[in-house]
Amino acid sequence: MGRVMGLTGNEAIAYAVKQCNVDVVAAYPITPQTIMVEVISEYVYNGEIDAEYICVESEHSALSACIGASLTGARVFTATASQGLALMHEMLYIASGLRCPIVMGVANRALSAPLNIHGDHSDMMGSRDCGWIQIYAENPQEAYDWIIQAFKIAEDHRVLLPASINIDGFILSHSMEKVEVLEDEDVSKFLPPRKPLITIDPTKPVTVGALCLPDYYFEVKFQQLQALRGSLNVIREVNADYEALSGRKYGFLEAYAMDDAEAAIICLGSTAGTAKTVAMALRKQGKKVGVIKPWVYRPFPEEELIKAIGDVKAIAVLDRACSFGAPFNALCSDVIATLYHYGKDLRVFNCLYGLGGRDITPSDLKLIFEEALEVAKTGKVKEYMKYVGVRE
Amino acid sequence: MVRLQDLPVEELFTSGHRLCAGCGAGTIMRMTMKALRGPTVVVNATGCVEVASTIYPYSSWKVSWVHIAFENAAAVASGIEAAYKVLRRKGLWDKHVDVIAIAGDGGTFDIGIQALSGALERGHDFLYICYDNEAYMNTGIQRSGATPHGAATTTSPAGKKIPGKPEFKKDLIGICVAHGIEYAATASPAYWNDYITKVRKALEVNGPAVIHVFAPCPTGMRFDPSKSMEVARLAVQTRYWPVYEVEGGKYKLNIRVPQPKPLLDFLKMQGRFAHLFQPEAQRELEALQRWVEDNWKRIAALCGELT
Amino acid sequence: MSEKKLGWKSLPIGGYLLEPGSAMKYKTGDWRAFKPVIDQKKCINCLLCWIYCPDSAIIRLEKYVEVNYDYCKGCGICANECPVKCITMVEEER
Repeated sequence: MGRVMGLTGNEAIAYAVKQCNVDVVAAYPITPQTIMVEVISEYVYNGEIDAEYICVESEHSALSACIGASLTGARVFTATASQGLALMHEMLYIASGLRCPIVMGVANRALSAPLNIHGDHSDMMGSRDCGWIQIYAENPQEAYDWIIQAFKIAEDHRVLLPASINIDGFILSHSMEKVEVLEDEDVSKFLPPRKPLITIDPTKPVTVGALCLPDYYFEVKFQQLQALRGSLNVIREVNADYEALSGRKYGFLEAYAMDDAEAAIICLGSTAGTAKTVAMALRKQGKKVGVIKPWVYRPFPEEELIKAIGDVKAIAVLDRACSFGAPFNALCSDVIATLYHYGKDLRVFNCLYGLGGRDITPSDLKLIFEEALEVAKTGKVKEYMKYVGVRE
Repeated sequence: MVRLQDLPVEELFTSGHRLCAGCGAGTIMRMTMKALRGPTVVVNATGCVEVASTIYPYSSWKVSWVHIAFENAAAVASGIEAAYKVLRRKGLWDKHVDVIAIAGDGGTFDIGIQALSGALERGHDFLYICYDNEAYMNTGIQRSGATPHGAATTTSPAGKKIPGKPEFKKDLIGICVAHGIEYAATASPAYWNDYITKVRKALEVNGPAVIHVFAPCPTGMRFDPSKSMEVARLAVQTRYWPVYEVEGGKYKLNIRVPQPKPLLDFLKMQGRFAHLFQPEAQRELEALQRWVEDNWKRIAALCGELT
Repeated sequence: MSEKKLGWKSLPIGGYLLEPGSAMKYKTGDWRAFKPVIDQKKCINCLLCWIYCPDSAIIRLEKYVEVNYDYCKGCGICANECPVKCITMVEEER
């Protein structure tokens, strides 16, 4: 079916971008994304890929250049992290508002202040409302697979929205794992050159980025919202096509040992991998626990989440980013809102963990599972907000 | 040399925009559109021209036109230029496209300087036109890095303690030339022949080119709308706005002003300088006059002209 | 100018405007307080008023020019710049 390579998360994404025959890459380096862009530059400078690599002078200009390039009909990629993502915040909304199918790799890293270069989700979570499709990978294999799928999803005329593939900074970006890669021809067949819907072709002039006063703004935004919601259907189709090609099955989320689970952890990214290992060990002890790992965070897959939750009685939602001043953090808020939406009454508590790259260990997760089982038994939550491993 | 009769009749910047009556920038946009040579994409930064010419669903532009944000016209232009380059290489596109970034002094001197610098340094093949009305006019006449010393703006008002802007105007062309670009020039719309010739010349350059054009603003500079071109002419004739070009680092004065009109004539036409004629502002007025003289001498010397 | 406004289902995506020059549907002529009147017998067809007009409101004819009153905002640049002073600004009737 393919070859096996040893790739870090950054390298896996770069390799996928190469195979996707990208046209323009405009990016600015920032730890821990740097290797991603350095590897892509090597591909370009060695002629392994025919693309224009613009060494822009800031992340804001990176996404600006990407938007310009995307409007010509080119296939465009960029990458960033943390402060860089924060710097391009304004442009994130513009990219989605102007319906540019840009794919971006984010090596999630903590936001200043204090300055920290390690992995947490505060960067992407801080921009979660920007209208982008947001996908979280658990390991380099998933990062590779999702990049290829993301181009196809984003460029679909029913979607035409940018997408970010998120990998935990350092934990995934710099750790090498076994990655099964497809053959170049297979990727090219799966993902032919981009067929844009409308471009700024000078022979067919269009005006892009007009001022929309209160009489039109809402309609344009609603249209965008419908496209984001509708992208779930396209993601489903692309997942099915990709499974046929690679043998790897994706969806909106992964449900592990959830069928008869009484308690579950919901979390994004690499932590889900650790959680699954701990769940497996606890299962051997007869404890009925499971893990739900959303791949697609935006648009939030409510229906699938409810299905995966099933008859679970207690959920611990793990957040790796703090929503300061909010009753719950981002992922937990979305889970609770979904439960409310579907009229499901079960106990949920939120664990804020791993900020600034602080490790979450199997024993941490074991305690959380046990707490969740306790809540499932008693029906009472003792602490709605827990902070994993914070010293007094 | 350009003859008005030979310029295309077709308007690629049409009527129906909401620029103020007598807007110098409107005239500049029309002139720019007369100078095109082929398929063109315009990248417009947020500002008077952008806002007034594209209020949904009305657009004055009959060329492909893109507005992304305020500070990144040069970055967006870079992306478009690079995309067409690679698409042509891959056989997915067949024509050369002229990319023109148009921004006001706001989107160029201050918030846009980073993107401009980056694009110039990377050597993208595009033309950058800064239409300079010497303040953030679109948001209500706030001072910019292009506002001259002593001018009254809403964030540098003619106050009892501080009479107008204390700082001096940045040398945009100097900054651009420092990047080693092939062509940079100043212009005034009153000298339509010079401006249109320069736009055409700049489009021919294979690499970055910058034109800095004076855009008289009746609303912000405070003069009767009918006087726009007169103000634009006087700016040059008083040596306030030297008209020159820099080709490959070599300066050349395009409009000699052997007998300059008094600067006070230029200043008196505009309400933004009215307070400078009070005795309390004597020092500021003299400082402005000195700056105009020194600036002219500096440019003339660079151009190898004997003053 | 009172066209029915489109809803989200029929608008082009992303707020794109697919009709170049659609601003011509917006007639700015009613902005005027004064209107330029050209004495076409005196007009030497130098086209200075045409190139200076910010609103493309001077129409080039074979031997002279005329004003497009649909869009003319009455700024008076044309009258000010005309080398033979054949343009007069006349107050608009209300």
